[in-house]
Amino acid sequence: MSKIKTFSPICPIPITDYPNVLLAHGSGGKLMHQLIEKIFLPAFQNPYLEAQHDGAVIPLQNTKLAFTTDSYVVRPLFFPGGDIGTLAVNGTVNDLAMCGAKLLYLSAGFILEEGFSTEKLWRIAQSMKIAANQAGVQLVTGDTKVVDKGKGDGVFINTSGIGIVEHKLVIGPRSVQTGDKIILSGDIGRHGMAIMAVREGLCFESEIQSDCASLAGLVLSLLERGIEIHCMRDLTRGGLATALNEIAKTASLHLEINEGTVPVREDVQSACEILGLDPLYVANEGRFIAFVPASEAHKTLEVMNAHSLGAGAAIIGEVKSASEIIVTMINRLGTTRILDMLSGEQLPRIC
Amino acid sequence: MKYLDEYRDAQAARKFAGAIAKITTKPWVLMEVCGGQTHAIVKFGIDELLPAQIELVHGPGCPVCVTPLELIDKALEIASRADTIFCSFGDMLRVPGSKKNLFVVKAEGGDIRIVYSPLDALKVAEANPEKEIVFFAVGFETTAPANALAVRQAYERGIKNFSILVSHVLVPPAMEAILSSSQNRVQGFLAAGHVCTIMGYTEYEPLVQKYRVPIVVTGFEPLDILQGVYMCVKQLEEGRAEVENQYARAVRKDGNPLAQEMICDVFQIIPRKWRGVGEIPQSGFALRDKYRAFDAEKRFDVAGYSAEESPECISGLILQGLKKPFECSAFGNRCTPERPLGATMVSSEGACAAYYCYRSHTVILRAKPEESHSRSFAERRSAQDDNWKRQNVKN
Repeated sequence: MSKIKTFSPICPIPITDYPNVLLAHGSGGKLMHQLIEKIFLPAFQNPYLEAQHDGAVIPLQNTKLAFTTDSYVVRPLFFPGGDIGTLAVNGTVNDLAMCGAKLLYLSAGFILEEGFSTEKLWRIAQSMKIAANQAGVQLVTGDTKVVDKGKGDGVFINTSGIGIVEHKLVIGPRSVQTGDKIILSGDIGRHGMAIMAVREGLCFESEIQSDCASLAGLVLSLLERGIEIHCMRDLTRGGLATALNEIAKTASLHLEINEGTVPVREDVQSACEILGLDPLYVANEGRFIAFVPASEAHKTLEVMNAHSLGAGAAIIGEVKSASEIIVTMINRLGTTRILDMLSGEQLPRIC
Repeated sequence: MKYLDEYRDAQAARKFAGAIAKITTKPWVLMEVCGGQTHAIVKFGIDELLPAQIELVHGPGCPVCVTPLELIDKALEIASRADTIFCSFGDMLRVPGSKKNLFVVKAEGGDIRIVYSPLDALKVAEANPEKEIVFFAVGFETTAPANALAVRQAYERGIKNFSILVSHVLVPPAMEAILSSSQNRVQGFLAAGHVCTIMGYTEYEPLVQKYRVPIVVTGFEPLDILQGVYMCVKQLEEGRAEVENQYARAVRKDGNPLAQEMICDVFQIIPRKWRGVGEIPQSGFALRDKYRAFDAEKRFDVAGYSAEESPECISGLILQGLKKPFECSAFGNRCTPERPLGATMVSSEGACAAYYCYRSHTVILRAKPEESHSRSFAERRSAQDDNWKRQNVKN
């Protein structure tokens, strides 16, 4: 009987709002979180899922296993600085790295559209091989499906990964504490703008390259130096602002950053200005934020700066006491504003 | 970054704010006309740098906001057609009509594409001759030249499957509507810099003469706005009412004659309805007879639409500078960017949406109307008149 009580046939999202899935539901903003909170979390509730981290960390006999999955549906498939294959490996590798895990194995599922070029598929597989080698992870199992022409977009890839957590730290949003410093591993916005430039045929003086890279080595350096990491999050869909909002909400804390300390390259800033986009919400594929105690902040920065992927790292903010669960930003003029989560994707403005 | 960083410099901003404080002796109510300026003011907290006597109210210059509900419904109807590709600037897709928005129509199967220029929509038309391509021609004078160019090119090249759904509005008639209202609170304007890039600023002279109100053509970066405020306050304090140009790096007195010629060839001036405000005489564009064939409203027979606004929404009062977003009982609860009740919450450049996104919700909800709200219009106008008289006596 108790099982019947918990079952409700009524969809908790008001049907009049969005009876169908919108593209915006996949953008990492409020609408996507609404789907997760109202449909997926209640359906599959368990403590690992409720931690709402980039991957689940599961105790297994005397060890802790990290487990994550991600699907890749990028258009265009090939872009400056990478392709869907590089993304599919590095994205999942980075999710495991954010759990503080040592990488073990990946799986890959390919959904191919009828008529897709086998030469392109070969190039994607080669990119995956190189990315996996660089990250020090093996792709040990996979699956291939083909759908009718027009039912896919060339190729979709899903990768899952497992890793092992060999330290005592509990890395995740709920470990974040008041007073922690927020450290960003480098400049933001390059991946999103590289994709946007190709997709929309925008030409700039120099080509913006995606920052797509494996963060496993950099995270390993931090762990090896014994830094007490409370939380890490890679800044993919929705960018820095969305990641900060997710962590503030899960940790029930107030995060504050300083706009002047967030590195954005001039070409990325220019492209964003032209399109009316805010780089704080633009996707990255090789950047993350780390929450560490204030006493460890400079050591963290030192380790990051010594690594090629963390050369531009900076302390961008701190965790305040939780009078409100909110993210605020001290802007360039010295005034403070909210840094909210967007509903869906950023949209280019009229003028 | 050149032409950006120097206009967001904190030290220079404080210097300007200090200069404004130094010359301010009375309360003044200034309106920034353009949504882009409102966005910058709230995002950068520029109003917080100003002395308490200066109140900035937010004008009707967000084109997404003031596009009437029934026009959105017409767009949704056209975009739902199987034989149509509907092209639009990105920020129109989220704007709700009576029942849904363009994103929902897209999810239902409508072919809706975000473009960066109406000329891109024209390319879509050429690439898809079997389809009808409709561009949602929204905006002020700023976007009108490119829309006019697209229509003229379609006409000259005989592209028959292209049309535009016109929702063009004009800034000066809206400013006059505000000034002529008996409830008007606005004592000085920061005019919309980009509109003036096209149109110049001679058309503000009659407003300045008739209503004795300073108008300063102003840019969009923090230092532009602070300098615009400084110039406007200086005029008010000195009892002057003139048109001045702060945004001289982009705006010439006569604007862009080539763009104006293009507009004049394709569009004629008509009365237009503004969302939240109502109809304003001679305040918008429609296609001239020569180009009537490119009018999507006629081509798709959607002319007879009407729609009801939420009675709870006070966006009309906000767009006229009579109320602030936090004075609305629906703000932040029954009205949010996800579920907007009206004009000023539908676009990110609307005043309500800007307050919602950038200001602490609890602080806003706690905030009381400022002191200057409680001063009667007569008191404020009298201060302005005193300055005016003093100046004229001197001259």
